[in-house]
Amino acid sequence: MSVLAIAEHRRGELRPVSLEQLAAGRDLADELGGELHTAVIGGDVEAFGAELNREGVDTVHTVDIGEEFNHDVYTQVVTQLATELDPTVLLMPNSVNGLDYAPAVANRLDRPLVTDVVDIDAEDGLTATRELYGSKAETTIDVHADQAAVTIRPAEWPTIEADGDAAIEAFDATIDESAVRSTVKGFEEVGGGDIDITDADVLVSVGRGIEEEENLDIIHDLAEALDATVSGSRPLIDNGWLAKDRQVGQSGKVVTPDVYIAIGISGAVQHVAGMKGSDTIVAINTDPNAPIFDIADYGIQDDLFEVVPALIEQFQ
Amino acid sequence: MKILVTVKEVAAVDDEFEIDGLAIDDRYVTADLNEWDEYAVEAAVQIKEAHDDVEVVTATIGPSETDETIRQALAKGADRAIRVWDDALDDAGLLDPETKAQVLAAVAAEEDPDLVLTGVQSADDGFGATGVTLADKLDMEWGAVVNDLDLDLEAGVASVHRELEGGVEELTDIEIPAVLTIQTGINDPRYASLRGIRQAQSKELAEYSLADIGLDAAGIESPLEQTSLYEPETEGEATVFEGSPEETATELAELLAEKGVTS
Ligand SMILES: Cc1cc2nc3c(=O)[nH]c(=O)nc-3n(C[C@H](O)[C@H](O)[C@H](O)COP(=O)(O)OP(=O)(O)OC[C@H]3O[C@@H](n4cnc5c(N)ncnc54)[C@H](O)[C@@H]3O)c2cc1C
Repeated sequence: MSVLAIAEHRRGELRPVSLEQLAAGRDLADELGGELHTAVIGGDVEAFGAELNREGVDTVHTVDIGEEFNHDVYTQVVTQLATELDPTVLLMPNSVNGLDYAPAVANRLDRPLVTDVVDIDAEDGLTATRELYGSKAETTIDVHADQAAVTIRPAEWPTIEADGDAAIEAFDATIDESAVRSTVKGFEEVGGGDIDITDADVLVSVGRGIEEEENLDIIHDLAEALDATVSGSRPLIDNGWLAKDRQVGQSGKVVTPDVYIAIGISGAVQHVAGMKGSDTIVAINTDPNAPIFDIADYGIQDDLFEVVPALIEQFQ
Repeated sequence: MKILVTVKEVAAVDDEFEIDGLAIDDRYVTADLNEWDEYAVEAAVQIKEAHDDVEVVTATIGPSETDETIRQALAKGADRAIRVWDDALDDAGLLDPETKAQVLAAVAAEEDPDLVLTGVQSADDGFGATGVTLADKLDMEWGAVVNDLDLDLEAGVASVHRELEGGVEELTDIEIPAVLTIQTGINDPRYASLRGIRQAQSKELAEYSLADIGLDAAGIESPLEQTSLYEPETEGEATVFEGSPEETATELAELLAEKGVTS
């Protein structure tokens, strides 16, 4: 009845979700009356292992293979580790890389996989909470299996900060090189534009609610009136209406301006990941149920095409 | 060369809605082609346009009501479509990624594609896991969250960018055959032309039961059971400005001035 959480790191640093998993994992382990194991694969495993030795962790497994993430290697190692430790719950991050190996591992271990979980409970069988329809609805799911694989949504659990006294053990995995059919060539930074939206004090951020590229004029006018910088949600960047380095969110930039004005942005989790640290958040959206209002400090529940021009007028 | 593209009809929910038991009341739901799949279809059609002898086949799990959505993909250039449905799938309730992948793998086994493209996730249930599960079942290589794709058919390699968090992309070479899950923004999905829409009507849309693709309906059982559906409690403490647009704009302007925002 144990829990195994697989850490994630990139370019020499553990990603925060690795420590959040320890909080989720400790709770689950307590409910199951078992141990919490965590594992780190590749990179400076000694340093990572020491970092993962937090309160509540029973054993840290270090697997000294490779430098960076490679899904073929991770899939083999995690499958071997899970086969050996036989955890009741195998936790992995619901990150881009997590989604690049967790499904294959679950398939090989013949375990059900529940992804993007925001809450989980093992008191009476495994029950997971997930969001549906872009966070408009929430659902609970009973997992009818003795063992499961789960990916947890980043930033939903606190990170465990206190040091622990875990056993640190090296794990020897055997890699079948013929099954490694992908090669990571390197990394590339997105951007290259002339503006750094992370520097802005005030961001006027626009989303799909703007409908047409031509309509962006009022957003630029507003930004000018407020001496603010324009940023946006992903669909605008996908459409090529704003430069790539203006994207706020999980795969874009993380911004922390004094004031963030979200206009016609629903507040999908991947967008919120990039702006929730803003000092004051203002949302203008016709949908009173839009998740953006959950994190906004101020809101106008009305049509942006009426509110924005009226706002511009106020500043002229 | 054959490219299989998984295509799903997703449910979009109105701003205001009511929940009826474990589902959103039909009155508040509109069916649409999954956003991520639109980019996958476009990626496949672009490959077809760039190379000779490429066939693009779509695969869908869904009842006959989804045909209209599938025709959208045909109108955008897919050559033919396969749809799998069965009472057993209807009865299984919440289809988990493994069950979906099992069905799609059976389709792929019949079709023997060189490349499978899926969307990163579907907009309604958002598991984000079907593509990679499918790859593993097919013993194919894979890549998740691909936002740039360069195919070298002679070398048998797909050079992709995987979009990681924080504005970083991973550059990876993937041996084909492979399953790639396609991220929005990889291309600019075309609108279906009138001609395309007309042609789509005469393209093949084959319907299969589980038995037709060699699966035993008795083996279809989702381990995940949805036990509740509700509107999340808002933790929000937003001060909502009320009134006409002029009134709310005035209040917001005052607030912004207070915060020191002025030109
Ligand atoms: C792996 C991955 C990474 C991602 N990374 C990012 C990221 O970095 N950044 C990001 O933003 N997204 C990201 N996304 C996409 C994200 O899931 C959402 O699809 C996206 O954020 C939605 O953008 P939106 O809010 O502008 O559009 P929608 O969700 O379509 O929302 C539009 C909103 O506009 C409102 N609206 C419509 N008309 C009006 C009007 N006239 N007046 C006022 N309001 C109106 C609607 O009520 C709605 O709430 C990512 C997705 C994945 C899978």
